[in-house]
Amino acid sequence: MAALISLNGVGLSHGAKHILNHVDLAVDEREIVTLIGPNGAGKSSLVKIALGLEKPSQGQVTRRADLRIGYLPQRFAIDAALPMSVRRILTLTAKADDAMLREALREVGVENLIDASVHNLSGGELQRVMLARALIRRPNLLVLDEPTQNMDIGGSVECYQIIQRVRDRTNCGVLLVSHDLSIVMAATTRVYCLNGHVCCSGHPDDVSRDPEFLRMFGPTGAGTLAVYTHHHDHEHAPDGHVVHEHQHHHGHHHG
Amino acid sequence: MDMSCTSTSIITATTMDNFILRALVAGIGIALIAGPLGCFIVWRRMAYFGDTLSHAALLGVAAGFALGVSPIAGVIMTCIAIGAVLLGVQSQSRVPTDTLLGILSHTALSFGLIALSFMDTVRVDLMGYLFGDILAVTTADIAWIYAGAVVILSGLLMIWRPLVALTIHADLAVAEGVPAHRIRIIFMLLIALTVALAMKIVGVLLISALLLIPTAAARRCASSPEQMALATVGLGVFAVTGGLYASLMWDLPSGPGIVAAATVIFVLSLLVGPRAFRSS
Repeated sequence: MAALISLNGVGLSHGAKHILNHVDLAVDEREIVTLIGPNGAGKSSLVKIALGLEKPSQGQVTRRADLRIGYLPQRFAIDAALPMSVRRILTLTAKADDAMLREALREVGVENLIDASVHNLSGGELQRVMLARALIRRPNLLVLDEPTQNMDIGGSVECYQIIQRVRDRTNCGVLLVSHDLSIVMAATTRVYCLNGHVCCSGHPDDVSRDPEFLRMFGPTGAGTLAVYTHHHDHEHAPDGHVVHEHQHHHGHHHG
Repeated sequence: MDMSCTSTSIITATTMDNFILRALVAGIGIALIAGPLGCFIVWRRMAYFGDTLSHAALLGVAAGFALGVSPIAGVIMTCIAIGAVLLGVQSQSRVPTDTLLGILSHTALSFGLIALSFMDTVRVDLMGYLFGDILAVTTADIAWIYAGAVVILSGLLMIWRPLVALTIHADLAVAEGVPAHRIRIIFMLLIALTVALAMKIVGVLLISALLLIPTAAARRCASSPEQMALATVGLGVFAVTGGLYASLMWDLPSGPGIVAAATVIFVLSLLVGPRAFRSS
């Protein structure tokens, strides 16, 4: 089957300013593609092109006919003047009954917040709610723009677990943008290192040793690229108490 | 000023009861429209946008006279034209949008005043257009307002859900299939119509006050967008009634009286409102 989405030779320029140059990128079913790069590397522009929000100046974007995108935008601030509950924000553009909403919120661990006001949520909680919102659309491609911002290490780790769990359950593809070079999801199938163009791409372990990558981020920056593999013997429920019965292990290791 | 004498003389004159009733009916009609639309202007941080459109309304009055059509038709056309320009300039980056809105706003007001000053043949009640004259509304004006209310409110109802989605996060809404461009244009048309209709009631200088102040007061008693829109309508009706009453009792100019009443309600809401404005 064809890739969910593929970008071929995509370029973007605003006036004389070249933002993206000849980018090739594809996401297949079940694939987790991580896009990393410094600020101003064009990551957000690439996401906009993939979503169809912006037209590329050169190249083509091919979307599979049955593509359903679930999108988690990077910055999300809701004006305090606009009253909005979690339940309401989940159903802004999608129809879903109570059971579906609860299921999606349970998936991200914040079912208890269903009737809360979004203005009372912490940054991390809002991020989870927005992830649940993306899941309600039953996407076959998740586009996540810095999903772990506003989260501490524990929260980020759990967020990556959720993404992997969703991928395992629904076979969706994932396009994940991260400015955090030091940690890349273990389940990542392919890392694209972007700086206007694709500097290097490949399996996370290979990319971390790629001379282009070292040149771009320097030996200290690159040296800290850690592929996140973990063994937890416990997890924390959102209210903080330790949950023992849910043990988590990876079925395999990369390397 | 002998207030008791003034109020007594107005209230005892039975022939004048009709104009008070007409003013009240017209004012309530405007509150019905301004409430829900004002909510979106506040949520979308478009206060300046409404301001610019209302200042441009005076230019519309002049255009209406020049073209030989009714002032209200001139205002609607001009507001639509200015609104289209505003939609266009939001996507440029040479001049900051708020600066440009300020320039457009006062330029349109000045050009309107200049154009009207050239029209020797028509007698224009400038004060009436600047500050409104709700006590002079005719039955035909009321018909305009309520016909407009039906058009504006049903238009808003049609785009309500996508407009809320667009307000929360434009890119997200577009990625989820909301036709942003069309919705924005319809919304702009609705504001233009509202400005044209409200002009007679509070005048071009105070229209945006009527769109903003009841909305700001309503925030504290609502937990959903729809509740807030309804609360805004309620408080707007309250402000119109209170303002008209004050204008009769103390012989205040009526348009500013309504805006002052809305402000009193807003301040009271700050003091007694159960819900605090949260910063994030």
